[in-house]
Amino acid sequence: MKVAQKTIKFLTIAVIAIITSTTFASEAGEKGQPQSDGGQVNTQAEVKAYIKHHLKDSHDFTLFSYSTDAGERKHFGFPLPVILWSSEGLVAFMSSEFHHNDDGHVLVEKKGLKFAKIHSKIYEIEKGAVAVSFDKSEHATNAQKPLDLSITKSVVGILFAGFLMLFGFSRLARQYKSREVPRGFGRVLEPLVIYVRDEIARPNIGEKKYKKFMGFLLTVFFFIWILNLLGLTPLGFNVTGQIAVTVCLALFTMVIYMTNGSKDFWAHTLWMPGVPYILRPVLAVIELAGFVLIKPFSLLVRLFANITAGHFVVMSLIALMVTMKEAFGPVASTGMSLVLALFIMVIEILVAFLQAFIFTMLSSLFIGMAVEEHEHH
Amino acid sequence: METLLNDFSPGLFVMQIVILIILLFLMKKFAWKPILNSLEERETGIEEALAAAENARKEMQNLQADNERLIKEARAEREEIMKEARSISDVLIATAKEDAKEVTSGLIEKAQLVINQEKQAALAEIKKSVAELSIGIAETVIKKELSNKKEQLALVEELLNDVTLN
Repeated sequence: MKVAQKTIKFLTIAVIAIITSTTFASEAGEKGQPQSDGGQVNTQAEVKAYIKHHLKDSHDFTLFSYSTDAGERKHFGFPLPVILWSSEGLVAFMSSEFHHNDDGHVLVEKKGLKFAKIHSKIYEIEKGAVAVSFDKSEHATNAQKPLDLSITKSVVGILFAGFLMLFGFSRLARQYKSREVPRGFGRVLEPLVIYVRDEIARPNIGEKKYKKFMGFLLTVFFFIWILNLLGLTPLGFNVTGQIAVTVCLALFTMVIYMTNGSKDFWAHTLWMPGVPYILRPVLAVIELAGFVLIKPFSLLVRLFANITAGHFVVMSLIALMVTMKEAFGPVASTGMSLVLALFIMVIEILVAFLQAFIFTMLSSLFIGMAVEEHEHH
Repeated sequence: METLLNDFSPGLFVMQIVILIILLFLMKKFAWKPILNSLEERETGIEEALAAAENARKEMQNLQADNERLIKEARAEREEIMKEARSISDVLIATAKEDAKEVTSGLIEKAQLVINQEKQAALAEIKKSVAELSIGIAETVIKKELSNKKEQLALVEELLNDVTLN
């Protein structure tokens, strides 16, 4: 269903884009810079910009955009609150005040400060400046980023996933009060919980200690899975493809296994027994780097890269119908992109589960390594 | 790497940490703890039930074995009793037969004795009635003596004939 919906959504956008391409041509010429936010996507460069924009976090929740006959861009969606920790303290306003501008031309004035949105990032312009000035590589030269605590699209996604989890699983939990075997949707959720417990946590952490980490592992598993799946819906979330999110998740895993390390774990990490004394400090550095940096890094990059790549591939394949139209004609290019995108979407649904599984699996593996009590030789 | 760092949004990172901590706490409290506890309860319940069923099965088997043994024993006992009863009845029948023989022979003897006694009594009665008769005859004869001697004689003779006929 989701596959179909997403495909239909992009088909609609593409069809609208093709129909209105003539009206857009004149407008685009006037504006000079192509609007990447929901703008019409006709050329390879625009496709690239659109995908790049999608992969980033967004301050608006745009479902789709279209052009009126008059050539005006209309965006369908809703604005989200922008909350900034600026040099003047907390500043909050709705993202609609940027009027979907994403290249720093619309300035919002609050508390005597001017804010501009450039490529999905909000900049605070230095005092005295009237407009953002760019250098050659389009970096703003007279502005810096404040701490952006906005309820962005990703935060909405996180909250939505959290709400879904809380709703679904607390209902399941309440069911057990009245009956032994849950009914309805709980019947689907229960085996998943048992799966995480029996296939991921128990074998990797060990029968004695797994219980303590079940809360984290279950939360992370369903959090990642739900967000991966939400990313495949037409809502267009890309939460698990945000490096900040995956960094946070990996950091949690790291903190958990570092704080729960057993005596044996620290002995083996810092002063490896059975190795010449000269080598021990070297090994300690390597081991410590492995646990503090390399393992969390592999976790965060794997999830981030997989989801980002998945979104990139799916959107590129959908864009085939636009980019290949001249070479193959509209029917062939549309058909080709439909078949290929559908195929990749099916794989992406698998990947959505797989990445959640791998993240949880590796987390429990690392936790298992840290809490393991070695038998003394 | 630079784009990676550029894409890293500190604000989103902070939000994610805060939300994840809250979510972890809420999920643990309202979902995972009750779910895992009830799952564990159910599993131990099932294990116990299975063990109980196994025990019951074993008990049943024992009971069945007991039953079979009892039945066998009962059968053997019955056989024994039957045998005993048969021998007892044989003995009884034999003794009864002997008793019956004794009794019948006793009865026969007694009957013979009674018959003899009766016979004696009858004979005595006959003798008595003969005497009475002869007395009666004598009486009549004496009565008739006065009228006719000849007739008297004829009568005596007749009466005597009667007696012998008797």
